[in-house]
Amino acid sequence: MTDFRILGAGVAGLAVATELVARGARVDIVDPMEMPGKQSCSWWAGGMLAPFCEFENAEDTVLRLGQNAKAWWARHTQVTENGTLVVAPARDVPDLKRFARRTHGFDWVDGPGIAALEPDVPGFKTGLYFREEAHLDPRNALHDLFLALKRQGVSISATPARGPVGQVIDCRGFAARDVLTDLRGVKGEMLVIRAPDITLTRPVRLLHPRLPLYIVPRGDGVFMLGATMLETSDRKRITARSMLELLTAAYTLNPAFGEAEVLEIGVDVRPAFPDNLPKIRRIGSTVYANGLFRHGFLLAPSLAHGVAELVLNANITELVDEDHTERRTA
Amino acid sequence: MRAFYGTELANPLMLGTAQYPSPAILAQAFQASEAAVATVSLRREGADGAGNAFWQMIRKLGVHVLPNTAGCHTVKEAVTTAHMAREFFETPWIKLELIGHTDSLQPDVFQLVEAAKILSDEGFQVFPYTTEDLIVGERLLDAGCKVLMPWGAPIGSGRGLNNTYALRAMRAEFPDTPLVVDAGIGLPSHAAQAMELGFDAVLLNTAVARAGDPVLMAQAMAGAVEAGRLAHTADPIEPRDMAEASTPVIGKAFLS
Repeated sequence: MTDFRILGAGVAGLAVATELVARGARVDIVDPMEMPGKQSCSWWAGGMLAPFCEFENAEDTVLRLGQNAKAWWARHTQVTENGTLVVAPARDVPDLKRFARRTHGFDWVDGPGIAALEPDVPGFKTGLYFREEAHLDPRNALHDLFLALKRQGVSISATPARGPVGQVIDCRGFAARDVLTDLRGVKGEMLVIRAPDITLTRPVRLLHPRLPLYIVPRGDGVFMLGATMLETSDRKRITARSMLELLTAAYTLNPAFGEAEVLEIGVDVRPAFPDNLPKIRRIGSTVYANGLFRHGFLLAPSLAHGVAELVLNANITELVDEDHTERRTA
Repeated sequence: MRAFYGTELANPLMLGTAQYPSPAILAQAFQASEAAVATVSLRREGADGAGNAFWQMIRKLGVHVLPNTAGCHTVKEAVTTAHMAREFFETPWIKLELIGHTDSLQPDVFQLVEAAKILSDEGFQVFPYTTEDLIVGERLLDAGCKVLMPWGAPIGSGRGLNNTYALRAMRAEFPDTPLVVDAGIGLPSHAAQAMELGFDAVLLNTAVARAGDPVLMAQAMAGAVEAGRLAHTADPIEPRDMAEASTPVIGKAFLS
């Protein structure tokens, strides 16, 4: 028998498994697809390790814990440490100033500065360069965790072996809403496009009054374009409006994106608690690790650390939500 | 305070529910400000129906819900959205918003009057988002509206009251109609000014939701609308050109 059974092979489940195995525990994983894939919302993620940019509209927990992500992921997959560039069209420069006031860890860059960083982002006069940020390819990252776990003898199956089961750690994301009643879905839509004539070397964000739109280079002329945030758990399909907004953002960054091929359309929902922060809860004998919201890759290492400390050392770290029943009835 | 379709509001602050860092902070902003009305947008978040977790959270705020037709550009869209809103929120209230111009989000007042007539005839209680134009205001009242919500400045611009002359004229022209300054508020002083002009409520969203500390800004706005309301009730003095000493000086001994 194993010590722990992890439900879900998304970024939460795989990170928790990786952390537990690294500490000598025996785990197995149950996931309907038996490998990372479209069943988990992390498959559609941007993969930005951008705690400073995210802090603009998030609690300081995201900034603090997010800074652990780069080193953790670099031990398991390829991380590109090239920073983030944030730009705004001339008419939205007040928004850029506000963005700058709300966070730190950046340098202001002017037109020539932007051109030096990203020659294929022409026409912008003002931007912010977050030197310390990084990005990864989410699908490669999930696969790298998956393969490393397999190599270490971790079984990942849809129908687990019978017999005694170790402690269950539920990392099913939005599917755990049957138990986690205050979990909600926040819809996200993204596109994968190919524009071989355009080169970007780091994620570029375009400030928009409503959405943080970004484009992440995946290499070989492929780019991920994301992401909408809608307060709904409907994930059937993208709307025309969302596609227009995403493509307009790309077109604004460089009109040559107008010639791009659309390779993929992704739609899913992010699991989120009311404060949009991840939580670890014990309900009965099961531990739930959930609510990564739009910070799957940024906060999964801290979530995994918190789970490992709880189940192996009985150590209550900050993401552990012990008084949840009390709070829910309050 | 004038009643909104028969409903007396405990507080002249109406808050939007978009763009907050999290639903938890949204709820804290409502608690801190004691805002009496929450506006909600159905257009984009409506797809999963009445079970939507976000809407359930809004209901739990225990305030009046004013669904809006944000993002609608045609009468047909706005009417359909209003029908959905009535079904989900079980309220006849609808903030009617018909956008006519992409950059300024200025209301299309011609379509607004048309949609207001249709919805009023169907029994909706319409809160039209309009300009400060007096004739449009009259047409909206003719269409069945019993509330008018002129803009202070374009949505989200935070520029305050662009045309206080016209807003004052509107107050004088429609003495019995509840008036709400909707959109353009950036600072508590803007909100206070609207109340000082005799408006019945102020509706705002971005100024609170996108502030560095939304909860603190919600509190500041609550204080401002209360100060403005009291000041209007207190009958403020008229400005004048020359000083008027508050203590008489005649008969005092002047020593140089």
